[in-house]
Amino acid sequence: MTLKVKILLLVAGLALAACTNPDRFGADGGAGGIGGGAGGAIVPGSANDPTSPAYFNQAIGDRVLFAVDQSAVTDEGRVVLDGQATWLLTNTDFTAIIEGHADEQGTREYNVALGARRANAVREYLISKGVAGNRLRTVSYGKERPIEICSNEACYAKNRRAVTVLAGGLTG
Amino acid sequence: MRFLGMVLSGALAFGGLWAAAAQAQSEGPLRIEITEGVIEPLPFALPVFEAETGDAGGLAAQISQVVSADLSGTGLFREIPANAFISQVSSFAAPVQYADWKAINAQALITGAVSVQGNQLAVKFRLYDVFSGAEMGDGLQFTGTTEGWRRMAHKVADAVYSRITGEGGYFDSRVVYVSETGGKDARQKRLALMDYDGANVQYLTDSSAIVLAPRFSPSGDRVLYTSYETGFPRIYVLDVGSVQRRELESQEGTMSFAPRFAPDGQNIVFSLSQGGNTDIWAMNVGGGGATRLTSAPSIETAPSFSPDGSQIVFESDRSGSQQLYIMPAGGGEAQRISFGPGRYGTPVWSPRGDLIAFTKQNSGRFHIGVMRTDGSEERLLTASFLDEGPTWAPNGRVIMFTRETQGEGGRSSLYSVDISGRNLRPVRTPEGGSDPSWSPLLQ
Repeated sequence: MTLKVKILLLVAGLALAACTNPDRFGADGGAGGIGGGAGGAIVPGSANDPTSPAYFNQAIGDRVLFAVDQSAVTDEGRVVLDGQATWLLTNTDFTAIIEGHADEQGTREYNVALGARRANAVREYLISKGVAGNRLRTVSYGKERPIEICSNEACYAKNRRAVTVLAGGLTG
Repeated sequence: MRFLGMVLSGALAFGGLWAAAAQAQSEGPLRIEITEGVIEPLPFALPVFEAETGDAGGLAAQISQVVSADLSGTGLFREIPANAFISQVSSFAAPVQYADWKAINAQALITGAVSVQGNQLAVKFRLYDVFSGAEMGDGLQFTGTTEGWRRMAHKVADAVYSRITGEGGYFDSRVVYVSETGGKDARQKRLALMDYDGANVQYLTDSSAIVLAPRFSPSGDRVLYTSYETGFPRIYVLDVGSVQRRELESQEGTMSFAPRFAPDGQNIVFSLSQGGNTDIWAMNVGGGGATRLTSAPSIETAPSFSPDGSQIVFESDRSGSQQLYIMPAGGGEAQRISFGPGRYGTPVWSPRGDLIAFTKQNSGRFHIGVMRTDGSEERLLTASFLDEGPTWAPNGRVIMFTRETQGEGGRSSLYSVDISGRNLRPVRTPEGGSDPSWSPLLQ
C-alpha cells in the first residue's frame, strides 16, 4: 500500500477509534476494504474491531519507514506511532516486540546494529507517549528479513522499517 | 565424515624429513614468486598415481584428480593434459625420463603411489624440477584411513605448493559458512561445514532459526555464531566434533552478535546492542561476565583480533560513516585507519599480521579489499552489486567472501580471490552460501 493510502486509512482509523459507538464504526465502513467486517456488525478480532491486533496492524499501521542509513522517526512515522501509542494505552493487555530492519545496501553486522537503532527509536517514541517501557521489547533483523525483494529504492524504502508486533492478549 | 577423530599421521618421510625438504626447496630454480604482479601459470604434469595394491586404483585416480585441482585452482599452476604425455610413469620407483617431460614443457612433474590395506591408506609422492633434472625436496608419505583420502590429496598438494612458492599451503583446511535456500523474502539459513574446495559438506544446524556469521576457533575445533533461536540474536559456541552447541551468557534485553575468537581460543569479542546502541565487548567463552571495550553512542561492530592478540580492528560510524579503527585488545583509544571515499566494514586481520581485509561500499558498488594495518596501500580486489564478509586462507594469500546477486532472484554464493586480485572464482556449494570462515590448516 502506498504511504498516502496508509495515511488515509490511519486518519479514518483514528476518527473511528475516538468513537464510542461500535455500531457507527461498522455502519460507517471507514475501515472498508481492509477486510473483516460484514454488514453493520463488528466481527471481533477483525480489522474493524478497534481492539483487535488486525485493526492495529491495518488501520493504525504497524510500521514506520526510515531514510537511508537513518534511525530518526520521520514526520509520517510520528503520526503512525501516535496511533500506536494511543492504541497500546487503551489495550493494556498487549505487549509488543518492535522489529528493526535495514535494506540490503549494507554489511550484515552494521545492518543488525542499524536495525537495533531503528527499533529503539520507535520504542523511545512510544515510551515518550506514555507506553510503559516494560511492555516494549526490541529486536533487530538487520537485512535478513526484507519484505520487498527488488534491488532498487522502491523496495529498499519499504524494507527500511520498524514493525511493532503485538503479543499477548487476544490475537483474534 | 567427522572432523575430529580421524586418524591421519602426516609427514612420515621415507628418505627425508620436512626440514630436509625445506632445505632443498630453497636451492631449486623451480619457483613461483607469488608477490609478483602478473604471472604465467607454471605448467605441471601429474600422471595418475600408481596403485600399489590391487584395490587402490579408484582412490589413486581420485587423489590424483584432487591434487591437480588444488594446484590448478590457485591460478598459479596449469595442468598439462595426460594425452600430451610422451612417456608414462609405469612405476613410482622408475627413473624419470626428464627429456620426455621437457619436450612437453612440463616444468614440474609430480608422481605418486597409493596403497590400501583394509581401511588404511598410504599416499606417497615425489616432486621433480624437470628443467633442472632433479628431484625437488624428498619424497613424502602420508598415511590415514581411506575415508580421509581427500585430506591426504590436499596434503600432497600443500607440500607441492609450499615447495614451489615458498608459502604455507592452505588446501588441507575447511570452511564453515551459512548455507542458504529460498528467495530473499523467505530465506532459510543453516550452518554448514565443508572442505575448502566445497567437498564433504556437512550441516551443523537446522534452518529453523536465522543463523549468521560463523567463526572458527584458532584451532578449528569450535565455531562461534549468532542465532535467532530464542527470537533474539544471541551468540552460540558449537563443538565441531560433537556438533553440540551452547548459548553463551547474555544480558536480558540486549542483542549480541558478530562474535570472534581471540588467538588464545578462550576469550572472544562481540557486539552487544543495548538501548539501540551497539558497542564492542569481550568475554571468556566459558563464562564469567563480559567487559565493555568501547563506549560511544555510535555503532561499533565487526571486531577482529590481530594474530598476536594485542589489538582489535573494528568498524565504527563515530565519524558519521562506517570506517575502520584499531584499538588495544583491552579497549582504549582507537586509531582510524581507513580514509578513502565510501564506507568500510567487516575488517579481518590477516593470519600473517600484515594486512587487513575489509568490505568497501562506494558509489553503489561493494568491494572486497585489503590494506596494510596502518591503512596504507589500499587495494580493491573485487567489485560487484554486493560483495562482503572476507575471510583469510590459513596462509594469508587467498580470501573467500560472499557475493550476492541483484534483484528479485538475488542469490548468495561463495567466491575466492587471490590477494593480488587475480583468480576470482566461485566456490561451489550444494545450496546458496554466505558468511564463510576459513579454518586454520588442519593438523
